[in-house]
Amino acid sequence: MIRSEILKEIAPIIRDHLVVCNIGLPSQELHMIDDQPTNFYMLGTMGLSSSIGFGLALAQDKPVISIDGDGSVLTNLGTLPTIANNATGNYTLLIIDNGSYGSTGDQPTYAGRKTSLTAVATACGCENVVEVQDKDLGPVLQAAIDSDQMTIIVCKCDSGNIKLPVITMDPVVIKHRFMQAVAS
Amino acid sequence: MNLDKKICDDLVANDVSFVTTVPCKQLAGVIEEVDQRDEIFHIPSNKEDEGMGLCAGAFMGGRRSAIIMQNTAIGVTINTLATLTQYYRMPLPMIISYRGELREPVACQVEMAVHTKALLNQMNIPTYHFHWQKDIEEFDNILKYTFMCNKPVAILTDANFWGGYGDQ
Ligand SMILES: Cc1ncc(C[n+]2csc(CCOP(=O)(O)OP(=O)(O)O)c2C)c(N)n1
Ligand SMILES: [Mg+2]
Repeated sequence: MIRSEILKEIAPIIRDHLVVCNIGLPSQELHMIDDQPTNFYMLGTMGLSSSIGFGLALAQDKPVISIDGDGSVLTNLGTLPTIANNATGNYTLLIIDNGSYGSTGDQPTYAGRKTSLTAVATACGCENVVEVQDKDLGPVLQAAIDSDQMTIIVCKCDSGNIKLPVITMDPVVIKHRFMQAVAS
Repeated sequence: MNLDKKICDDLVANDVSFVTTVPCKQLAGVIEEVDQRDEIFHIPSNKEDEGMGLCAGAFMGGRRSAIIMQNTAIGVTINTLATLTQYYRMPLPMIISYRGELREPVACQVEMAVHTKALLNQMNIPTYHFHWQKDIEEFDNILKYTFMCNKPVAILTDANFWGGYGDQ
């Protein structure tokens, strides 16, 4: 499966939860598949989906899911020790590991070669790291959201993209409606 | 006056309850004070752009956040300031040690010091420079200003403000 197929499959699972979504195609796809006020779309700042979601999870009690990419986690690897050492049960980090920088044309990442993000996350001190194949993600993600333990999911999938438009919503509007959803 | 305590008192008085830090020798005392305060959740970050991501999330979660870092980190965080903090219009007080200024013993620190104000200026980031201890009196107003205008705001605190480096 490719990322857009995965997002289609998990949309019903995440639609009522706070979601911070990675820059580029992941956000564009989620926006097209199931736009929700509970979605925070990153329009820039590659690498910080996990950090933004984690800060949000620490600041309030609702479950938070960061949808991240392998390339973005690699660019902000320092995030994993921070998350591991300040674990909060309402946080789930979903790394869609397609082994490539998808949004920029599927250039290979090191995660698709020798580097295992599952092993990296574990070595960083994360206690609940689950590596899962794309088709098996749904139940694993649901269990992670339901559990009161923080979970890091590394979802292995194929690289590949669909054609779709950019998000034209203003960033302040994205933030405003997201904050209202957080507070409601 | 105990500057570390005064900074934390003002943060708490302005409802700042989420602080991320990356250390600098000049900031050791205030970081320790932040860590000890019950009213403040202190989360050390590994890189300052990561810290700004944490602060953005905490802010959207309803908590006022702040970052404590060295001025060299301006070189690390320009993209994050532009595409996250400023683009989404989020407030962020940045308490910054201004290394490489008067009374600096380490020559390399001057190399980023000479770019610090120019970069902040280029980014249209309101910037305050604390050189004398009494400048701390402005801190409370700067925090109020930051949360009024929803912008990142820089407070540069130099070695003279912190009382120099003793015998070094
Ligand atoms: C600092 C910076 N460098 C490069 C880019 C370009 N860029 C945007 S998205 C992206 C790929 C992200 O890859 P990944 O996190 O694996 O997500 P995927 O698209 O594969 O799901 C890159 C390189 C950027 N936005 N910012
Ligand atoms: Mg990828």
